[in-house]
Parts: sequence; C-alpha cells; structure tokens
Amino acid sequence: MSEGLWRELAPQALARLLRTYGSTHFDLCEDAVQEALLHAYQQWPTRFPDDPVGWLVTTARRRYVDLTRGDARRRLRETRAALLHPPMPPQAVQADDSLLVLRLCCHPDLPRSGQVALTLRAVAGLTTAQIANVYQVPETTIAQRITRAKRRVSELGTPLPPPKHADERVTAVLDVLYVMFTEAHHTTTGAPPADTDLATEAIRLTRLLLLSLSKSTEVTGLLALMLLTEARQPARVGPDGRLTPLDEQDRTLWNRELIDQGITLVRRATPGAEPGPYLLQACIAALHAEAPDTAATDWHEILALYRLLEIVTGHGNPTITLNRIVAQAMVDGNDTALAQLDALEADHPRLPRLDAVRAHLLERAGRPDAAANAYRRAIAATVNLAEQQHLRHGLRHLAGAHE
Amino acid sequence: MKYLILMQVDPAVLEQLTDEQQKQIQEGHAAFMAATKESGEFIATQALADPSQSKVVRSSGGSPEVTDGPFAESKEFMGGFYFIDVDSEARAVELAKRIPDASIPGLALELRPVMFTDLGDQ
Repeated sequence: MSEGLWRELAPQALARLLRTYGSTHFDLCEDAVQEALLHAYQQWPTRFPDDPVGWLVTTARRRYVDLTRGDARRRLRETRAALLHPPMPPQAVQADDSLLVLRLCCHPDLPRSGQVALTLRAVAGLTTAQIANVYQVPETTIAQRITRAKRRVSELGTPLPPPKHADERVTAVLDVLYVMFTEAHHTTTGAPPADTDLATEAIRLTRLLLLSLSKSTEVTGLLALMLLTEARQPARVGPDGRLTPLDEQDRTLWNRELIDQGITLVRRATPGAEPGPYLLQACIAALHAEAPDTAATDWHEILALYRLLEIVTGHGNPTITLNRIVAQAMVDGNDTALAQLDALEADHPRLPRLDAVRAHLLERAGRPDAAANAYRRAIAATVNLAEQQHLRHGLRHLAGAHE
Repeated sequence: MKYLILMQVDPAVLEQLTDEQQKQIQEGHAAFMAATKESGEFIATQALADPSQSKVVRSSGGSPEVTDGPFAESKEFMGGFYFIDVDSEARAVELAKRIPDASIPGLALELRPVMFTDLGDQ
C-alpha cells in the first residue's frame, strides 16, 4: 500500500468523525483515526476493503466509543449516535474534507509550531517520529505540541464550518503550508533537514486546496511560488553542501517542467487579479526562472513588484524590504542600495541576512575591507550551518582576490 | 567512560583556510562520525552558533538577570562538541587526534570526562 493512499484517507476519515462528534472532540477523533489506521495497516494487506474510507470510519467510530467509555450512559449514547449516523457517499466530499481538517489544524488561535505539527500529523499523515526528524527535536517535544494543539482545537469548540465556505481562514492555511515548504528548503536554525518530503507534501496539499478554491489568486500564487522555488532546488546546494546563491547557480539543473507549470499558473492568475503577497512573490520567481542569467534578468520589473509587495504587506516585513534593496542595487547601483541598507538596519538592527547582503554589495562596489567586516558580522550572526559555510567561502575568496 | 570533546575554535584561523582545506575538514568530520558510529563509541555531536548569539542568565541582587553575549570574552570559543563513550582516556585521546581540527594550527580539542548523563528520550 502506498504512502500516498494513507495520506489521502486519513484526513477524510478524520473529517467524517469530526462531523459526527464535533470539533470539541478533536483529540479523541484524531486518536481514534490513528488507531484505525494502525488496524488497517495490519489487516489490509490480506483483505483490502471495497470502501477503504468507510472501513476506516467504522473502525475509528468503534475506537472512539471505546475511548470515551467510563460513563455507561454516555457510552450508550455515543454508540447509538455512531451506529445511527447515516453513512456518507465515499467520494462526495473528498477534497473538502481534507480541507476542513486542514482549516481546523491551522486555526489562528493555535501557535504556529502547533499548527504545523498538527497539520503534518492529521492532514499529511506523518508520524510523530517523522515530524521530530524534520524539526530535529526530540519526539516527546513534537508529541507535546500535537497534544496541546489538539486540546486547544477542542477548547475552541467552534462548530465545523460548512464546506461551502472553503475560503474561510484560508490565509492561515496558506501561511502554514508556506512555513512547511520553506522549512523543508531552508531551516531557520541548524543543519538542513534530510527529509525533503515535507516540500512535496506542502505542494500536494496546496494543489488539493486549489482544487476547491480554483478561483483564488492567492492559492494559485502560492502553488506557483512553491513550484518555481522547488524547480531551483537541484542547483541550490553544491556538492560540498554549501548554499549556491541564485547568480552562481547552474540554471541547466533547474527543473523545466516545474518552471513551466509555475509560469502557467502565474499567467492564469495575474490578469485582473488583486495582487496578494503570494501571487506577487510568484511573479518575481517567474521572472527569475525565465531569465537565462543574472545580467539578463528583468530587474526593473522585479523592483516594481517588490515595491508593490511592500505596499500590499503594509511595509511591515523587513525581509521584503531587504529583497527590494537587492533588486534596487541591480537597477540603481550599489551606493544607493548601501545607503538604504543603513536606513533599514537603523529600524531593524538584528535583521537576518542584512550583513550578508551588505557584504556582497560592498564587494561589488570594490571595498574589500568593509566587505570583509560585513562578512564577519554575518558569519557570527547566522545560526544556519550551510549559510555560514557559504559566507565563510565568500570571505575567503574576498581575501584571495585582493591579496 | 564518557568524554566530551570540546572543539575550540578561533574565527581568524577559520578565515585563513583554503577551500580545499575546508573541504578536507568537512570530509574528515563526516568520516570521524561514521567511524565512531560504526564502533559504537559515538553518542552525539552538536555545532554551536557564534558566542555573539549567546545569552547569559545570572543572579543580580537575588533575581536572575539576562544579558547578551558570551560568558567570557576570548579569541577562542567552543564551536561544538563530540560526546563519546570509550573504554579509556587513551582511546578518547586517540579519537580526538583523528578529528580534523587536531591537524590545524590554531585550533584545538579539549577532552573532559563526563560525570552524569541523561539523554531524555534515549
């Protein structure tokens, strides 16, 4: 049985239990589904059911009743409710069901770490051990995050939103999917995780989301952004494990098929669209993907898109401003960009990557001593090993070039 | 017996390395980890961020006070460690000598016997 099948079935079964018992019992429903999956894993290889979701739901309901036992009268009531509940047509609400669970997992009242852990477990079907491996933390930590998140969902006690309103809270869902994706590509701390399945899974879920929200330009934008970023992955890390920046990447290694898919999505979504942050970032990624090299890149257009992105996000994200300054350097020269970096640093003294950008700009401006100091500050500030190695490499080359 | 091998690092020394040396160091560490895992002597290793990322928590007039920066200012600092389980101190020294840092002037390794261990979930 394929991993993919489990990942498709688990959220559907969970959604049906939640419809029956309500999201106030999220933790019990989730436990019941996990145990049903375990039974399925043991039994299906010898006897595969005609209706796998129905089988899972029935088994999970029995398990749910077991889990709530202790109060005889309640048990009776639960059993009756479980058995009286009319079975649903298997395929009718498939996509919406996964999304329903996704939306519950991404409830804005949960901490981001809890949202992501719960999504990976309940929707993506990863085990606690797999999630722990992705985040390089002990399994017990992840188990705690999941337990707390489940309890919080139960406490929220909101009635299940009807599938009609699938775009409700979609921003939080998109943000969690994007966190999953970026975490796979570039961990904020430590060494890069070995499990790139996380990126694949984020893409799969975003595709699923787009199925039911095909008109949402932001969902389209996020999927395009993910595909265009994923396409560059083979060129991002050199054989020595060091990060390769965009302008040094071997573009023949980029995955053309993913790029074409991403560009098609961008073209489909852009006309007449209200530009949201994900669509704008996808447009920028598409411009990079279309260019044969850094020199031939349409930096004027990229700069204009970053300016728009700053406006759309209310100038509240210094990393976007930092990226805008990089584009600015390509259009208006290094000195203009360096002055703007100083201004940005005054407002955000500990902004990640700022000194790395400064080092590159100073190097290009022919100021090796100042560049070396910026490299040193950037090396001291990063907590990402691959990035640190990349910066050390830059510093050594700077010294070599000017000796 | 368990030992902590502390990798003492001097950033100025790391800057002087060539790309070739850097590559050899990385490969050397990978080989060291593989060999000590194979022999069952490996327990854990961690690389640490620059001391400028440190916070120090210490008593100030009876209540804990948090300050930025390293505990002690110095040119060298602990860049990371290996945690190993070996038969003897001699073996710990033998292993430490195989760590690439041992062959680079300006870097050093410090070995310290471990007196108590709790690895949480292990």
